[in-house]
Amino acid sequence: MKVTIDGIPVEVEPGTSILNAARQIGGDIVPPAMCYYSKLEGSGGKCRTCLVKVTKGSEKDPRPMPKLVASCRTGVMDGMEVQNITSPEVVEARKGVVEMLLINHPLDCPVCDQAGECHLQDLGFEHGAAKTRYEFDRRTFEKIDIGDKIQLHMTRCILCYRCVFTADQITNTRLHGILNRGDHSEISTYISKAVDNDFSGNVIDVCPVGALTDKTFRFKNRVWFTKPVDAHRDCDKCCGKVTLWYKGEDVIRVTGRKDVYGEVEEFICNTCRFDKKKTADWVIEGPRKISHKSVISSNHYEFTPLPVIKTNPVLLEANKEQFERDTRL
Amino acid sequence: MGRKLLLEHINVPGINTFDVYRSKGGYASVEKAIKTMSPEAIVEEVKKSGLRGRGGAGFPTGMKWSFLAKPEGVERYLVCNADESEPGTFKDRYLMTYIPHLLIEGMIVASFALGAKTSYIYVRGEMMPQIRILERAIAEAKAKGFLGKNILGSGYDLELYVQPGGGAYICGEETALLESLEGKRGNPRIKPPFPAIAGLYGCPTVVNNVESIAAVVPIINEGGDEYAKLGIGRSTGTKLISAGGNVKKPGVYEIDLGLPVEEFLYSDEYCGGIANGKRLKAVVAGGSSVPILPANLFLKTINNEPRLMSYESLSDGGFVSGTMMGSGGFIAYDEDQCIVRNTWNFTRFYHHESCGQCSPCREGTGWMEKVLHRLEHGHGKMSDMDLLVDVSKKIEGNTICPLGDAAAWPVASAIRHFRDEFEWHVTHGAEAVTRNFGIAHYADPLPKPEVLA
Repeated sequence: MKVTIDGIPVEVEPGTSILNAARQIGGDIVPPAMCYYSKLEGSGGKCRTCLVKVTKGSEKDPRPMPKLVASCRTGVMDGMEVQNITSPEVVEARKGVVEMLLINHPLDCPVCDQAGECHLQDLGFEHGAAKTRYEFDRRTFEKIDIGDKIQLHMTRCILCYRCVFTADQITNTRLHGILNRGDHSEISTYISKAVDNDFSGNVIDVCPVGALTDKTFRFKNRVWFTKPVDAHRDCDKCCGKVTLWYKGEDVIRVTGRKDVYGEVEEFICNTCRFDKKKTADWVIEGPRKISHKSVISSNHYEFTPLPVIKTNPVLLEANKEQFERDTRL
Repeated sequence: MGRKLLLEHINVPGINTFDVYRSKGGYASVEKAIKTMSPEAIVEEVKKSGLRGRGGAGFPTGMKWSFLAKPEGVERYLVCNADESEPGTFKDRYLMTYIPHLLIEGMIVASFALGAKTSYIYVRGEMMPQIRILERAIAEAKAKGFLGKNILGSGYDLELYVQPGGGAYICGEETALLESLEGKRGNPRIKPPFPAIAGLYGCPTVVNNVESIAAVVPIINEGGDEYAKLGIGRSTGTKLISAGGNVKKPGVYEIDLGLPVEEFLYSDEYCGGIANGKRLKAVVAGGSSVPILPANLFLKTINNEPRLMSYESLSDGGFVSGTMMGSGGFIAYDEDQCIVRNTWNFTRFYHHESCGQCSPCREGTGWMEKVLHRLEHGHGKMSDMDLLVDVSKKIEGNTICPLGDAAAWPVASAIRHFRDEFEWHVTHGAEAVTRNFGIAHYADPLPKPEVLA
């Protein structure tokens, strides 16, 4: 099937969503997705950031679609023409959605562990306004512990439902879901019970914001001061392929391997995530490639000294030492 | 005086019992349909009648039925949407309370036409008396052989169940209703697939309003062509209107579509004019979700033609100067009502009832409510009106289900038509708390105020 997104044609399998077709093209025309997660069945359609305009329905029925559609849940048709960043209407609607997502968000990025790898931060940077028009109290919630390793801070949540789908997928019973409705709806485990499952830690990885955080990593470091390294181990529960996040010589965090869209390649088990925090536990594969646009890579792999350092011999020497220490791995 | 099709025998004592209902010609359509007609013929008859969905959207019912997928070996379902919770609308409750057998009769005929072996009536949780009334009526019909196995010896089986909801407005949206009926959280589904392809338990399903299903009974009894003679243009048949607000005689009225609005509002047969000798200020024509109109625009369209109670005439002028038929929740406001307060009240409702699934509606309804609360209580700013219009625009059309649109339209229309009243709330903040803006220039110079002694 042939689809054209922002004037770029691409051939895709029938049944592909517009979003996935755009991801096959890649680059700037990929709509942002806060709730869609390709590994989670049934996810998507909720956050409305991936809205696109379908200007031509298909070869057979060339009528445009009357409303903007969620690209993550709309299948492509042969000959479909889609506008994403080329449509002012879409850009405007997306700005509106970002504003809506941010009005009740605490914007506590300076103390949030997700900062630096937060999708909402990226989205706000790209589409948000510098100033809010919202002049009322933001909703707040108490922090909840989901088990001894995961903390839920609902105040930051954007209700993408990804963790709910993850919990549905890894457990047979419904343990984790939404209470209440509207803007006071709340993610919770059933009466604050823990999600007791070997794969429960994956809710941290799927969370696009800092609502679900790893208690073993909380407040330990900023992500851009840590170095991601691919590693693996023989694990009887999961694939054992992870990313280790080093600070100096210590592994301070273990996560799944995330691709450019922030989606993990494979889910990992809690043993790998929480308990194996020594280099000796792992077989190192090499540094994890991070987009050079990401703040995470700004400190490490493409290091160019500041101009002032280049001219000052003392600083140059100190910097070299620091650089060697940092890259000793 | 229009013909009554649904409420003809509403005043007969004991019409809620099977025997009295039967003696007044009830269940004749079931006999006619099951014994003499094929399911396709019934669908064809409903198509011919031009019946449009009475729940709000006005989608032709016959067309909806013909879209139902009919794969082999898969159950099909008919679900009656009795989750009536639109502020201002109370027609379905009235119908179910006083003449429940009409709905059951319609359900049997419609289920037969669609080939459904199991049908559900999803009733709003707060309507407990109506649930009991319906269950008693179903038991009576079953005892007389109109429900259950082998109806009237035709070999057609039908089980009819009443399912109480949890009392959420969102469950009146058809896919949220199906989720709720399946026992899940009532979040609307993302369409497509539409319920006609994959609805209840993934099977093809038709969801119809109570009144639409009840209207099938006269259509079968008298024929679709006969039904189509009533009404005007594409708005055929009769419609139940629940009139409320500051009218002399509030209540449920059955009107022929095409009745002039002025006649409906002022004639003694219907609402009887505005109560207490006051003047009309504004009207919400079809339940809280539709745009509100000032009196002068409501009685006459922008082209100075008299407005009629029909789908087309009410929406004449689009969203600029028109409104919608909606679910028939007619609310009239007299000169003493505050539009800002009313808009705030509606928005408060949508804020409370938003399911919280998609972001524009979840966050936007709360934001609008807070801004309107501020305006109503005299702390507003001049920029608030533009802000509200902008927020409502960002909600409208960007949500999964129509609740976002329904929340946005009343706000956008109130500001469009009553902007000076909103501005007065800002400039005269302290005064706005103690008195109302009054009628200003919204009135049609129709009725002169009575001189009160």
